[in-house]
Amino acid sequence: MMIIEDRSKDLMIEDAVKTFPDECCGFMFGVEDEEENRIIKDILVVNNSKEGDKTRRFVISPLDYLKGEQYATDHNLLLLGIYHSHPKHPAIPSETDRLSAQPFFSYLIISVLENKSITLRSWRLNESEQFEEEKITDYQLTLKAKQ
Amino acid sequence: MATVIIPTPLRKFTKNTARLEVKAGNIGDTIQQLTANFPDLKKHLLDEKGQVRSFVNIFIGNDDIRDLQQEKTVVKDDTVISIIPAIAGGI
Repeated sequence: MMIIEDRSKDLMIEDAVKTFPDECCGFMFGVEDEEENRIIKDILVVNNSKEGDKTRRFVISPLDYLKGEQYATDHNLLLLGIYHSHPKHPAIPSETDRLSAQPFFSYLIISVLENKSITLRSWRLNESEQFEEEKITDYQLTLKAKQ
Repeated sequence: MATVIIPTPLRKFTKNTARLEVKAGNIGDTIQQLTANFPDLKKHLLDEKGQVRSFVNIFIGNDDIRDLQQEKTVVKDDTVISIIPAIAGGI
């Protein structure tokens, strides 16, 4: 299960809306609890380095990737995954997404439709290198449930 | 000993170790040592022909070994080698 703190969620949605109709991308940082839930506590917006048409593809450059790893080390957080947007398309990973996906990482997809309807869904590769959905739980609801 | 920085997604194949030290003369030797010590890394670094996968970048500092001497790029004791997964996707 993934829990996204409000500020991180707001920043990712803001990035996806601002970048529309191009794809946005970035890193997600956080911690894993004893039940292997992932808590996203911070994000880093990254420039989409795809050359040419960015409405259907995103690329994170190797040097930006190194900055992401360094950011995690500097802030004592885990680099837990990548977010990117699917402008005008559902938040379902494509074959392009699957072929370049890494083990361990969560892949959060933000669907932004033309009517600005927004959906967030997260996916992780299983042992057969197929995506499985990772449930996202609202941070505030989780806080309330623990009280 | 040169230092190899393992990216987060591959650390589960290196017993959660982020930085490894290797005694190697070049990048090819480095990869050979890594895959010998951590066999599960192999399929993530090398293709079926034993070449570095196209989805994997290997950098020395800020330089891609593809712009240097590829796997023959010399490694010294103070060399820091980063394995960087290609991150991309889309609709």
